Amino acid sequence: MEHQTPILEVDGLNTTFYRSGQALPALRDVSFSVARGEVLGLVGESGSGKSVTLRSIIGLARRYGEVTGQVRWQGRDLVPMPDRDLRQIQGREIAMIFQEPMTSLNPLLTVGLQLEETLRAHTDLSKAARRDRAIEMLDLVGIPSAAQRLKDYPHQFSGGMRQRVMIAIALAANPKLLLADEPTTALDVTIQAQILDLILRLAQDMDMGVLLVTHDLGVVAQTCDHVAVMYAGRIVEQGPVRDVLRVPRHPYTVGLMRSVPENLPPRTPLYSVPGVPPSLDVLPKGCAFAPRCAACIAPCEQDRPPLSLITDGRQVACFNPISKAQGNAA
Amino acid sequence: MSDATFTTARPSLFRIAMRKPGFLAGLLIIGFSILLAIFPGAFAPYDPNAIDYLAVRQPPSWAHPFGTDLLGRDSLSRVIWAYQVNMQMAVFGTVFALVTGVIIGALVGYYRGIADMIFGRIVDAVITFPFLVLVIAVVAVLGPGLINMYIAISVVYWVYYARLMRAEVIAQMGNDYAAAGIVMGYSDRRIIFRHLLPNAITPVIVYWMTDMALVILLGSSLGYLGLGAQPPQAEWGVLIAEGRNFISTAWWLSLMPGIAIVLTGLGFSLLGDGLADLLRPRG
Amino acid sequence: MSSLSYILKRLLMLIPTFFLVMIIIFLLVRLLPGDPAIAMAGDRASDADIQAIRERLGLTQPMLVQFWLFLSNTMQGDLGRSILMRTDVIDVIADRLPITVFLTVYSVVLSLLIAGPLAFVAALNRGRWPDAVIRTVFQIGLSMPVFYIGLVLLTFLAAQLRLFPVGGYGDTFGERLYHLFLPSVTVALYTSAIIMRNLRSAIIEVLDAEYVQFARAKGLPSRLILGRHVLRNALISTVTLLGLSIGNLMSGTLVTETVFAVPGMGRLMLEAIFARDYPLIQGLTLTFAVLVSLVFLMTDLFQSRLDPRMRLQ
Repeated sequence: MEHQTPILEVDGLNTTFYRSGQALPALRDVSFSVARGEVLGLVGESGSGKSVTLRSIIGLARRYGEVTGQVRWQGRDLVPMPDRDLRQIQGREIAMIFQEPMTSLNPLLTVGLQLEETLRAHTDLSKAARRDRAIEMLDLVGIPSAAQRLKDYPHQFSGGMRQRVMIAIALAANPKLLLADEPTTALDVTIQAQILDLILRLAQDMDMGVLLVTHDLGVVAQTCDHVAVMYAGRIVEQGPVRDVLRVPRHPYTVGLMRSVPENLPPRTPLYSVPGVPPSLDVLPKGCAFAPRCAACIAPCEQDRPPLSLITDGRQVACFNPISKAQGNAA
Repeated sequence: MSDATFTTARPSLFRIAMRKPGFLAGLLIIGFSILLAIFPGAFAPYDPNAIDYLAVRQPPSWAHPFGTDLLGRDSLSRVIWAYQVNMQMAVFGTVFALVTGVIIGALVGYYRGIADMIFGRIVDAVITFPFLVLVIAVVAVLGPGLINMYIAISVVYWVYYARLMRAEVIAQMGNDYAAAGIVMGYSDRRIIFRHLLPNAITPVIVYWMTDMALVILLGSSLGYLGLGAQPPQAEWGVLIAEGRNFISTAWWLSLMPGIAIVLTGLGFSLLGDGLADLLRPRG
Repeated sequence: MSSLSYILKRLLMLIPTFFLVMIIIFLLVRLLPGDPAIAMAGDRASDADIQAIRERLGLTQPMLVQFWLFLSNTMQGDLGRSILMRTDVIDVIADRLPITVFLTVYSVVLSLLIAGPLAFVAALNRGRWPDAVIRTVFQIGLSMPVFYIGLVLLTFLAAQLRLFPVGGYGDTFGERLYHLFLPSVTVALYTSAIIMRNLRSAIIEVLDAEYVQFARAKGLPSRLILGRHVLRNALISTVTLLGLSIGNLMSGTLVTETVFAVPGMGRLMLEAIFARDYPLIQGLTLTFAVLVSLVFLMTDLFQSRLDPRMRLQ
């Protein structure tokens, strides 16, 4: 699939939180772009900064810490933008859905009201038109007898239905980009595929870009055009999904792939990357992955490998990347 | 934020005290209060009961920093000697309720069943009374005085400790180690007192600190109302009550003991807050 | 579940509680050391006097019979005769009850007016100087006994500056608001310290909740986020806390009535205690318990109206 010029360009994004006077570098030098209609996957273990990336783009992270760098949205930089202007973009042009459908909807308000308030903030529709649009949206995400359910409260929906409601609310104002923060992690396995299909179908119908955070490489393989692998707040490898998954170059990507059961013959012991991700307040001097890395060489512990272009469209941050042959062997 | 939870190493007690000025202040206030309570004679400039009719209701001066009362007694010395009584309240007003409450709470939390149901009803009934009303009703029957006040507070207050302890024990029972203890055939006594209690007691200890502040407030209130310590004993509530009628001419009589109450109460609650911070599980 | 059957269920739950409450009040006078008849009669009473009081109180009968009499009399609204007032206890209480209720409601309103806005300011400025100042002031407030706050206000605002009357109650609604202002502020300063502390953490918790993050990501105006999403949710825990603190608040009114010479139930309770007027003490204790459980009931109902999750259980 060929994509036109990017709608979102993230360039050198840094996010720092402070805990009892200590700076915690949650994101460092994160750069990527998303084109219209493109699905970009962000993968990594929890704590790697996937979620913080989304929250930094849409302006939620800056309430809790310091965000620097650029988030260019159709030519405008969102990082220094005042709240008032940002609100014209949040929900209207860039929407976000969260991981936990149980806690992400306000338990005290009807879903109708929570849908309607988005429309009210971003459209000029009349009250009646807003109601019609709300019913249309619930219908679109596959909620039966939508008109009757407007006055229901979140706790009256099942987990999967609640996630559909959240998608309906997020997409109500026709955004051009959807930030999806592990939208299926909290759901039953059988429902996960349905929700994912729904998001992709709507994205295609609405010609909307999707930035999908997940820790599931299987999901990435099925749904994304491009993928960026994150580790300890940095992107360590990115490129087109087919290339990255077929020939992973960063040892961490290789490790992640070996821990997915589908890639293995039956009865092979399940692999997991040895060790745990470093805590953000004690990051190693060189490559953050070095202590867990089998391919670690001397420079890895001294200097941080930059994210550099290796082949067409592929970027890897590694001094000793896995070669093609090794990658296949793994 | 799901991706923004961090673990930090547990710093030393000293470093926490330095980083938390509130906790440090609480520690200093209570430490000094305990000194005053144990050695009032070493700090008080005069005999607290020395009557001097020639120096009645003197305003604060270099000789009498807090002034003198209606019998010419030195106010500062009386406030200092009162530390003995008021700090004693913090201990005797809480410790019986604490011990009884912890034991009963641990037992009903562990065994549940009918005893727990009855306990639940007792809690419902006791919290239906305004605390002070029940306490002074008991004092009314026993008669005013410090000892009776301790009895009254303990009779009512064990319920609050037991309720907290019960909830903690039940929460701890959900943990694997409790189940492991049962599976391994440990005796109930060993499970309750060696395993559950030490783990469940932390919030109770934090609550105890706050409670000491409350009991000092309560004890001085009862003293003020004439139901606690009895004059001529120097107790802050009693001292304030003595000065009440002269408040526009001899304001220092009521003001100074009040400051002592506020300071000590503040000390205990700062200590409680700091302790809660310290003992809160990190990670 | 409809609200009517909810109320019914809630009222049924009160029966065992009140049975125990009655036992406690009954035992209070009878099981504790000392003979109430001797205590009531005073030191100079003759044996005949004491025996007369015993019979009047029904103390000569077996315990269970006594309890049954106490229970059935109380159910019929007969709380005995006050020794101090020389009238029926129920009449004395009916006379004083409105004053204490007025004072309590007034204090609740003032506490909310003080604590609400300040909790919001503190929560929204978490970790910065306005938060620190507000928290410090309230921490000190929490360490002040009610009688001391009352005494200070009485001295400076009423006695010195003559801004407020030093006591009494007033006849019209406006006069009452004026007369009871200082007594209510006294209680409110203490209660608002408790409420402020909890409301602040409730607001902070709600501000960090995912549904508020979602509301922000929707690009809603901040006014709407605070008013609709934060306030409503924080209000639930505030109402719960206020309900649970009602016992504290009434303990406060008892003291404040004494300091400001307000002729309410609290002051009457102290008078009854010094006069060893046992029927009156029992009656007042029971009335306080009824008031508190009424407030608990109202809190539950209000919560179930505010929170849809509790409506359908």
